[in-house]
Amino acid sequence: MSFQILLNVILAVTWMFLKNEFDGSTFIIGYVLGLCIMFVFRRFFKDRFYLNRVIAVFRLLLLFARELISSNISVLKIVLKPKLDMRPGIFAFETVLRKDWEITVLSNLITLTPGTLVVDISADNRILYIHAMDIADKADAVHSIKHTFEKAIMEVSK
Amino acid sequence: MTAIVEILSALFLLMGVFLFLVSAFGIIRLPDVYTRNHAASKSSTLGILFILIGTLLYFFHEHGHVDFRIVLAILFIFMTSPVAGHLINRSAYHSGVKMWDRSVQDDLKKGR
Repeated sequence: MSFQILLNVILAVTWMFLKNEFDGSTFIIGYVLGLCIMFVFRRFFKDRFYLNRVIAVFRLLLLFARELISSNISVLKIVLKPKLDMRPGIFAFETVLRKDWEITVLSNLITLTPGTLVVDISADNRILYIHAMDIADKADAVHSIKHTFEKAIMEVSK
Repeated sequence: MTAIVEILSALFLLMGVFLFLVSAFGIIRLPDVYTRNHAASKSSTLGILFILIGTLLYFFHEHGHVDFRIVLAILFIFMTSPVAGHLINRSAYHSGVKMWDRSVQDDLKKGR
């Protein structure tokens, strides 16, 4: 990935030399043109085209924002309900992610999901212990963690 | 145009303040550390975000340039606040704070 970015910068500088204009806007135009050229030649790189990864990161950020808002609405409902009738509890969740930063991002995301908060992680980094506001939502939470978050994170790291 | 921007930023500020109010209510009303932490770590994050966005909008209109320090603040709060919530919960659990007596499940006790 770093090789591709370096190549892109070199292409942009080449464009600056060709135009004989050394300012920011020429660099940006050169960068975009270089990106187009690299997109055409993307089959010849060993790893995948780096823009895909950038898009995946943006997807992840959007997911973060959406989860933050929806979790706020659910906490709001619980707090403002006249009777406190939820049944909190801690459940174990086994993750398929292995790298340290992936688990960090995943637990941040879980903390931002409706009604769940990571309490602890087992010593071998395999099991997350999650405190749920209402254990009845557990199946829902596990489903969204498995199919939305882990997938989005793996999309970035693969 | 001025009126629209002012109303928009005022709306953002009000939403932020409302979320703060809810999280304060939650901290008072909910029964134990773990559930209180839900209110503290979520609502106040979004509250701060809304207030900062409102400020950003207002000053963007007033001075005509985006204040990147506010954007940075939004980013850092986004990254750090879930970590803080997690750490408070974790240290509470390890120092033996009891869960609410109506809690139904504790897999962590089994896991250790």
